[in-house]
Amino acid sequence: MQRSDRWAYSGDPTPIFPLDGCPSVRNDESTGVQEVQVNEPDATRRRLRRMAISITAAVAPFGIVFGAAASTAGLSVWEAIGSSLFVFGGSSQFAAVEILGDGGSVAAAALAGLLLNVRSLAFGVIMAPALGGALWKRAAMSQLMIDESTAVGTASDDLASRRYGYLVGGVGVFVVWNLTTLVGFLAFSGAGDLIEDLGLDVAGPAAFLALLWPRLADRRQLVVAVTGAVVAVSLVPFTAPGVPILASMSAVLAARAVGPWRPSAPSEPTDLSGGQPGE
Amino acid sequence: MSDAVIVLVALAAGTFLLKSAGPLLLGARRLPSGLQAVVDLLPAALLASLAIVSTVGDARSIVLDARIVGIVVAGLALWRRAPFVVVIVLASAATALTRLVT
Repeated sequence: MQRSDRWAYSGDPTPIFPLDGCPSVRNDESTGVQEVQVNEPDATRRRLRRMAISITAAVAPFGIVFGAAASTAGLSVWEAIGSSLFVFGGSSQFAAVEILGDGGSVAAAALAGLLLNVRSLAFGVIMAPALGGALWKRAAMSQLMIDESTAVGTASDDLASRRYGYLVGGVGVFVVWNLTTLVGFLAFSGAGDLIEDLGLDVAGPAAFLALLWPRLADRRQLVVAVTGAVVAVSLVPFTAPGVPILASMSAVLAARAVGPWRPSAPSEPTDLSGGQPGE
Repeated sequence: MSDAVIVLVALAAGTFLLKSAGPLLLGARRLPSGLQAVVDLLPAALLASLAIVSTVGDARSIVLDARIVGIVVAGLALWRRAPFVVVIVLASAATALTRLVT
């Protein structure tokens, strides 16, 4: 009896997030693309959840290293956790803590951290259409605006799935990042070696490549990706960390070389669901 | 207030402004379609630069090390249509192995 009950409920969980469904569907009738969604929302959500779980797992060791680094730099456990809760931006937290630990000035540490987060401004513009709702909800969801949530959030076409992907990716990383910061602070100090020994420093790049992969089937996106990579790498030696990522966005201009902005049917952003890893 | 607290408060406040500007100011409003087409291309540039910079970048220098092997293995795995998790595990394992033998 109990068993069959459980079975009956295991179909698909009710919406995991209290943040409401998707008001943008209502606003977006004119585009006529939303009905595609009615067919396979469960499959899409499962795919996005799986993606979010892997990317969250890949983040965990870095949380541990951050916690350890914060401890080494002389932060208190509250400062370390506060950083992960309120700044919530891996590379900027690292930068600020490293600079503080090396005896750098308050201004230098804050500025370096901020510079690394300028890219979240662009993420916000990309994700905004999918993140509608009351002002406080938009503000709350914005706190999750990081590389990983944007990556999962842009892995599907329609706004409801984009919002779902952004939230599962963002909440997953948020929880794990904060827990592992605490674990790293309390338990590890030589975790830097651990990451390198296990090759985990390549987990992030591999995840970004995997999320990029399905986009490369589209010629314009391929051109933009390659140009962006070249721009970014060539700037690394000359600019502060974070700037190359930001500057790579100028690569969208290269798409103009391949054709008009919108050469095919207005079904952008192309077909991202086909050939997704894991499907 | 310690230096760390001042840095964290400033960084958290500034970061939140950057993160929330899009969703708070634009909301769910659609951009003009031409501009939207450009914005839709941004993730390709961002994902590519994040992948490459975190593979060969080390602060302000280019460092070619075992991470290259990992990312190449990731590319091969993706080409073979391996699932997301498998791609990441294989890439990490390849990098770890390379470090072990070199």
